[in-house]
Amino acid sequence: MDIIARVLNGDQQSYSILVQRYQSFVFTITLRYVKTREDAEEVSQDVFVKAYRSLADFKGTAKFSTWLYTITTTTCITFLRKKKLEIHSLDNERVFEVADNVDSGMRANQIEQKSKVNMVNEAIKMLSPDDAQIITLFYKGEQTLDEIALILGKEPNAVKVQLHRARGRLKEKMQKHFSEEVKDIY
Amino acid sequence: MKFMMNTNFLDTPAGDEGIEVRLWEYIDGLSSNEEKSVVEKLIAENAGWRAKYHELLQVHQSLNLVELEEPSMRFTKNVMEQIAKYQIAPATKTYINSKIIWGIGIFFLTMIVGFLIYGIGQIDWTVAGDSKSTLGVDLSKVDYGQMFNSNLMNGVMMLNVVLGLFLLDRYLANKNRKLKDA
Repeated sequence: MDIIARVLNGDQQSYSILVQRYQSFVFTITLRYVKTREDAEEVSQDVFVKAYRSLADFKGTAKFSTWLYTITTTTCITFLRKKKLEIHSLDNERVFEVADNVDSGMRANQIEQKSKVNMVNEAIKMLSPDDAQIITLFYKGEQTLDEIALILGKEPNAVKVQLHRARGRLKEKMQKHFSEEVKDIY
Repeated sequence: MKFMMNTNFLDTPAGDEGIEVRLWEYIDGLSSNEEKSVVEKLIAENAGWRAKYHELLQVHQSLNLVELEEPSMRFTKNVMEQIAKYQIAPATKTYINSKIIWGIGIFFLTMIVGFLIYGIGQIDWTVAGDSKSTLGVDLSKVDYGQMFNSNLMNGVMMLNVVLGLFLLDRYLANKNRKLKDA
């Protein structure tokens, strides 16, 4: 809050502290929505510019990160609409086509990806943006279920169920696409 | 670097969703004390629960290991260069006058109540028992054409619709803003 107060009082340079603190979180969430790192970087920059311009509207009733992730989510969705990219829905069979393509690409790079961390990261990329986002917010965004509910505009119970299901689907992806690799590694 | 990992969880077939939900709540620390004791007992005594618990715990621990993606080295500099062009916008509450919104709302509500009172006043209650209409009005004798041909009536109705849409838009925008602020 002290940094925010300084920025609001005209100390623009203090905003760089907030950018450095949250850039990885915002960039990771953005990457759950957009396909390339270039696009993710463009959208993430846009998020921080929007957050700066709207900083006076931040009341401090919730965490700054919760407020920032709300802006991130809406900015990603707006970007996808503008680019007319397809948001892969949960039940869309194309998710599995994409997953298969990712899997094929990964088999060629198995040597580079033989680690548990990479395996989980790649499995997350196979999920729908909604599933990947909720997992990222919960495990890396330091957000509680109530805060995630605020970000996504849903009820906390609905978020809890979605998180359970997202982890279930992640487990399925790992079983389907990585069981062989895991056996190779260990 | 070689990770120590139990791969059994990848081979276990999917089990009952209800068990998974209870176990996830237990793992996430969301269970009540009573539920926690019950789940702990089930894990200790039931092999199926124990296997499922270890399976989910593996996924949970794996997710905790996931690393965040890093943007380019110039990212902060790029953002700072961009925001240098802008000023912080004044807080929304400073330029939205809630009195105006309330005024429009009261006007709209008064119009509706007025029409209702006028409409109810036109009903002939003496024919309420007439089997032709449960409202006490002989609907077959109502001249709808005359009612809706009045330019004044059409104008008032159009105004009501526009005001209604305007208020709905303000309400949804405010709700959305509050959600973002929270």
